[in-house]
Amino acid sequence: MSSHVTAAAASAWDGGASPYATNSKKFGMWLFIISDALTFSALLFAYTYSRVSNPDWPKPFDFSPSIIFSSVMTFCLLSSSLTMVMAVHSMNHGNRKSTVKWILATMLGGGAFVVLHATEWMRLINLEHVTASGNPFGVPLFGGTFFAITGLHMTHVIIGVIYLGIICQGVGRGKFKAEDVEVSGLYWHFVDLVWMFVFPLVYLMSARVG
Amino acid sequence: MSTHTEQVEQIHGATTGTFTKIWFVLLALTGVEVYLCYIQLPTLTMLTLLVGLSVVKAALIIGYFMHLKFERFSLFLTLFPMLIFCILLMLIFLGDATRIPNMRPPS
Repeated sequence: MSSHVTAAAASAWDGGASPYATNSKKFGMWLFIISDALTFSALLFAYTYSRVSNPDWPKPFDFSPSIIFSSVMTFCLLSSSLTMVMAVHSMNHGNRKSTVKWILATMLGGGAFVVLHATEWMRLINLEHVTASGNPFGVPLFGGTFFAITGLHMTHVIIGVIYLGIICQGVGRGKFKAEDVEVSGLYWHFVDLVWMFVFPLVYLMSARVG
Repeated sequence: MSTHTEQVEQIHGATTGTFTKIWFVLLALTGVEVYLCYIQLPTLTMLTLLVGLSVVKAALIIGYFMHLKFERFSLFLTLFPMLIFCILLMLIFLGDATRIPNMRPPS
């Protein structure tokens, strides 16, 4: 890698061999992340627009269990990001066994997130009677926007867990290089990053206070 | 620490200790956000504070966990100014959102 870096160092902007000093897989993942970030920001802007323009926006999230649940979900994702960083770190040091362990820990965090989120969805559907097209609060948009944003995010988490599973078993069998683990890490951190906006904008802005 | 490890450390710029510190800071900021939501602020003030804190968290995740701080600056310049510009363009709509509640006929 170091010779790769020096080769391009002289002419970063002259279209040298590698102007970003990074491999194409990683650059591809970055481009995907940027485009996906725009998708999520458009959805979150649409949600915030509806939220701010409507003084009657429902606040169905009680401190217990919803806010506690979503805070624990935030903790799960943040911790899984830390374990993912550790996995990349171990892989860079050539330690495949500990990489597998850290990736498994990351998948556990992601799995816990999905289970908690599904529980939260079922609570909203069964107890608060919120569906994608209507709810008892009289603001039908709430259900549609809530399920669209959190659903798209949960899809990303599930895909991430599957992706990490594939990387994990490959690393365990001696396949894949350090850069492959790093690229999967980039995706996982992005999923975490999106939740850092979904959590305050969707949950905290609609917490039932007092 | 072997020479190989030092070399890797140099390439990747941060130690596991740094990552753990960042993780603590992120958790603390999340705690602050949850606290803010229970002190009854006006909607727009709270929105601004929450988004502000989230941007700080995002910057920490992108910089350290996603490693951008240690990448070449040209990668940042290629990816992020465009993203930030597009996101700021979406703010154009927010003025309308705050205007609509005041345009309702008195009930």
